[in-house]
Amino acid sequence: MMRGVSKRIGSIRFSCLSPDEVRKMSATKIITADTYDDDGFPIDMGLMDPHLGVIEPGLRCKTCGHKVDECPGHFGHIDLAMPVIHVGFIKEIKKLLQSTCRSCGRILLTDEQVREYLNTMEEMGELGHDTIDLKLLSKATAKDASSRPICPHCNAEQLKIALDKPTTFREEGHKLTPKEVRERLERIPDEDLIPLGIHPDSCRPEWMVLAALPVPPVTVRPSITLESGDRSEDDLTHKLVDVLRINQRLRENRDAGAPQLIVEDLWELLQYHITTYFDTQTSGIPPARHRSGRPLKTLVQRLKGKEGRFRSNLSGKRVNFSARTVISPDPLLSINDVGVPVYAARELTVPVHVTEQNMEMLKELVLRGPEPECEDYLGGVNYVIRQDGRRIRVTDRNAETVAEGLELDYVVERQLMDGDVVLFNRQPSLHRMSMMAHRVKVMPWKTFRFNLCVCPPYNADFDGDEMNLHVLQSDEARAEARVLMQVQENILSPRFGGPIIGAIHDHITGAFMLTHGESQYSKSEAIMLLRRLPEKNMPLPYKVEDGVEYWSGKQLFSMVLPEGFNATFRSSICEKCNSCKKEKCEFDAYVKIRDSNLICGTIDERAIGSFKGKILDKIARDYGSDAVRVFINTVTRLAIGAIMNCGFTTGIDDEDIPDEAKRQIEEVNEQSVHKVDDFVAAYREGILEQMPGRSMEETLEVEVMRVLGNARDEAGRIAGRHLGMNNSAVIMARSGARGSMLNLSQMAGCIGQQAVRGERLNRGYWNRTLPHFAKGDLGAAAKGFVTNSYKSGLRPTEFFFHSMGGREGLVDTAVRTSRSGYMQRRLISALEDLKMKQDGTVRNTADTIIQFMYGEDGVDPSRAFQGDAFDIDDVLDEVLGDEAELLARIEERQSTGYATIEKDLMEAEDDSSIEDVGFDGGDE
Amino acid sequence: MANEIVFNVLEHEMVPEHFLLDEEEAAQVLRKLGITKDQLPKIKRSDAAVQVLENIYGPIEVGSIIKIIRKSLTADQFVVYRLVIGG
Repeated sequence: MMRGVSKRIGSIRFSCLSPDEVRKMSATKIITADTYDDDGFPIDMGLMDPHLGVIEPGLRCKTCGHKVDECPGHFGHIDLAMPVIHVGFIKEIKKLLQSTCRSCGRILLTDEQVREYLNTMEEMGELGHDTIDLKLLSKATAKDASSRPICPHCNAEQLKIALDKPTTFREEGHKLTPKEVRERLERIPDEDLIPLGIHPDSCRPEWMVLAALPVPPVTVRPSITLESGDRSEDDLTHKLVDVLRINQRLRENRDAGAPQLIVEDLWELLQYHITTYFDTQTSGIPPARHRSGRPLKTLVQRLKGKEGRFRSNLSGKRVNFSARTVISPDPLLSINDVGVPVYAARELTVPVHVTEQNMEMLKELVLRGPEPECEDYLGGVNYVIRQDGRRIRVTDRNAETVAEGLELDYVVERQLMDGDVVLFNRQPSLHRMSMMAHRVKVMPWKTFRFNLCVCPPYNADFDGDEMNLHVLQSDEARAEARVLMQVQENILSPRFGGPIIGAIHDHITGAFMLTHGESQYSKSEAIMLLRRLPEKNMPLPYKVEDGVEYWSGKQLFSMVLPEGFNATFRSSICEKCNSCKKEKCEFDAYVKIRDSNLICGTIDERAIGSFKGKILDKIARDYGSDAVRVFINTVTRLAIGAIMNCGFTTGIDDEDIPDEAKRQIEEVNEQSVHKVDDFVAAYREGILEQMPGRSMEETLEVEVMRVLGNARDEAGRIAGRHLGMNNSAVIMARSGARGSMLNLSQMAGCIGQQAVRGERLNRGYWNRTLPHFAKGDLGAAAKGFVTNSYKSGLRPTEFFFHSMGGREGLVDTAVRTSRSGYMQRRLISALEDLKMKQDGTVRNTADTIIQFMYGEDGVDPSRAFQGDAFDIDDVLDEVLGDEAELLARIEERQSTGYATIEKDLMEAEDDSSIEDVGFDGGDE
Repeated sequence: MANEIVFNVLEHEMVPEHFLLDEEEAAQVLRKLGITKDQLPKIKRSDAAVQVLENIYGPIEVGSIIKIIRKSLTADQFVVYRLVIGG
C-alpha cells in the first residue's frame, strides 16, 4: 500500500551503545586532560587529538585524510576507571532493578505470566498498534513484576529499591554502587528482557551503566580563537576535561589502594561530572558552571527547547532572499502592493531561466550590471549561474562579457522589479492572513510601505513595527502564492466569514463626512475629491443653485460602487429606535443602495469598515476579488479626499461641556454617593433587604455597584447632551472610526467605579484601601469610585485607585497572550500536517481519514455566509427586489397575529413607496 | 458478554447512534470511500457504545466497521465510520 509515496520508512530502532562498540568506533583513546602543548599544537590522546577530525583550514585529518569540510569528524573514547550511571537511562534502570530478582536476576513473574504478557504483545504488534501502546504494556508488565515480594524462580525475598534523585539507588537504606547496579543488570537473562520492552539483540541493560564514554569529534565542539589570539574552548570540551581529570585521580587512588571513603567520594564526583556532561539542569544537583558563573550548555541543552536543535535548526531555518525593515503607510498604494526600498530590491533576486525566448531580454538586463544608473529604479543582475552550477558575480566591469557569454539553460539572478510576487509577513503569525502575497513596487527611502487597509490582518501599526519579506524563487511558488495568498484573495476571513481587510480610522471618518446628510460639493471641490480615482467622467450635478453646480456626497460615493449593486442595512450611527423610520431616518442611518446609487443613509464602519463592512462583504461575494480590490482602493482614496476637503482634528477641548452640565454631573454623583451611604447605613442597621441567594455583604455590593454604574451612565448622558454630531470626537466614536462614547463620557463626565476581579477595590490596608479612609468605610469614595473625569483631573486617592484597575488590565493581557500562545502552539502541532483531499475528506500524512467531510459540510468558512453555504435572504432580495422585505414583514405580523393582512398591506404601501419591483438578477 | 451492562449509553441523548455494519455493507463503504480498512478512524472494542452493540449483535470482532450517525452543527446529520480495534 504505497499510495503514491515513493519511499516509506518501515521502522526506526533506537538503541544504546555497548562499551565495546564505543571502543570500536573510537578513533583514539583519550587519556590526558590537557588539550594543547606550549607551542599551540594539539596533544596526542588529548581532547583535541588530530585523529578526532579537523577544524583548522589547511590541515588534514589523521584518521581519514580529508580536509576541513570533507572530514565528518571521528569519535574518541574515555575508559572510565569505575562504571558510572547514565542519567538518561535512570528510569529504565530503576524499572529493571525493581522488576527483577536481586539474587538470580530473573523477572519477578512466573513463566506463565510472562507468556501471557508476551502473547498480548505479539497480538498488538500484529494489529498494527503503535509503539506507544507497546511501551505502555511493557510498563504495566514491569509494574506487575515489581509488586512481587518474593522471586517465583529462586524464592529469594526482594528488598525495596528506591531512587535517590538523580543517580543514587538505595536498597532499604543501603547504597548500591553503580558497579553493583551493573552486576545486577548483567544477571538479567535475555529472554526476560523482551516482556520488559527491551530487545536484547540491540541493547543489553548493563550498557546503561557507562564503562566507556564516547568523546564527540572536535567538529561538534569547535574551539574559537579570540582576537587576542587566546583559545576559547567549547563548553563540552570543558566538561570533558573535568571528567578526564577526576577519572585520572580516581584511577590513581584506586590503584594506590586509597581508603574506601576517598575512592567513593571521587567516584561520586565522577558521577556528578558525567551527569552534568549530559545535562547540566538535572534536578537535584547544582548546575555545572563556567568560571563566569554562567551555567554550561551541555548535550541536553543543545537539543531541548525553543533554542534547541529540533525547534530552531530542524523545524525552522534561516532563509535567503528575505528582507526586514520598518513599515510605514502609503494610502495611494493598492492593497495588493508593497513598497520595497531600492536598497532591499538591489539585494533581493529572482532566478530567471535562460530560454531562446527571453535570451535577448536577459542579455540586456545583464548588460545593466548590478547597479544601473537611471533616474527611476531599474532592476539589474547580481549573479549569473552557469549550467555546471558555477556562479559568476556580475560587476560593472564584466557585465558586457558576461552578457555576451550568456547561453541557454543559464540562470540569471535578476534584481527585484515592479510586479514581482513576494510574501509579506508580520509576527506573531497567528492566522493565515499574517502572511500574504503582495506585488512589489520599488520605491525610494528605507521602509516597506503598504495600504492602510491591510493593517488589520497583520495587526500592524506604524509605531516602529518591522515586517519580513520573502522573494519567491520558482514559477510554481509564484503562481500558487498569487492564486491563494494574494491580499485580494484574503479579504474575507475564514475566522468569521466577513471582510478582515477594509477601511479604518480616517477612511471611515472621511466616508462619514462625504455621505452624511446633505453634504454637497462645488465643482472644484468635487474634482479635488475625484482627482485620484480612475473614473474620469463626472456625473451630472444634483442641483444647481444660483447658477452654481453642486454634487452631493452620496452621488460621489455612488461613483465607486460596482455596476448594479444593491444593498440595504443600518449603519453604525443607527440609534436603534424602537420603530425604524427607514428612509426617513432623522439620523440618516438607514442605508439603501439601489442600482449602485446611494439613495439614503451614511457610509461608515458598518458599510466599509474592516471586520464589519457590509458593502465589502457583498461585493466580495457577488463580484469577486478583483472588484473588491478596486472598490477598496477607490473608496479609501475618495474618503481621504473627503476628509482632506474640510480637515479633521480632535483635542481635549472637544470634551468641553458647559458649567451647567458640570454642575449637574456633580449633583448626580453627590446624590449617588449619598444613596450608597444610605445603603451602607441600612446594611449596618441590618435593615437592608437581602437579595435571594446572596449574603448581606453581597447584596450591599450589588446594590452599590448598580447605583454607581447608573451614576456613571447618567453623567455620560448629561455630557453627551452637549456633545453633538458637529463634534469631531463624537463623529469618530459614532461612525466607528476610533474611540467609543464610553471613552468620551469618561473624559467629559465621570470615570466611574474602578474594579479588580470584578469587585469594588478592597485590597491594601487592614479593612481599608488607603489610610485616607476610616477602617471599615464602605462608602463610594473609599472603595474606588472616581467622580472626576479625565479632563477635570483625578484626586490622589482616585488616581491610585485608577492605577489599581489599570494594572489588572495590563497583567491580564500579559497572561492571556502567553497562555494563548502556548495553546496555539499545541493546536498547530496537532493539526499541522492535515489536509483536505480532492474527495473532501481530511486526512493526515499517513493517509488515514480524520474527518469524512471537511467541517462535516464541506463548506469553506470564508466563502460561507454566517455558517450557511449561502445567504437565503440575499437571494430572495435579489430575486424579489424590495418586495421581499414587504413579504417578510407581512409574514412576521401574520405569525404574531397583531393585525390583519389587509391593514398591514396598506400600511406598507403607505410608508415605503415601493418602486417598480425589479426582477433584475437572480441566476440562482 | 461476560459483564452485564448496567447502563445503555446509546439511550443517552448525548450519545450518537451506533450501528454495526455487516461484511457486505462494510465492503461497500470502503469502496465508496476508496480506502482500505486501516485508513478509517478507530474505536476500541472496550468502548462503552461497542459493548452495548455486542449485547445486541453478539460478539463484535476486531476489524468490524461501526457506523455512527451524529448530529452536526454544520450538516445537521453526519455519518462517520470507525474500525473496531482491540483493547
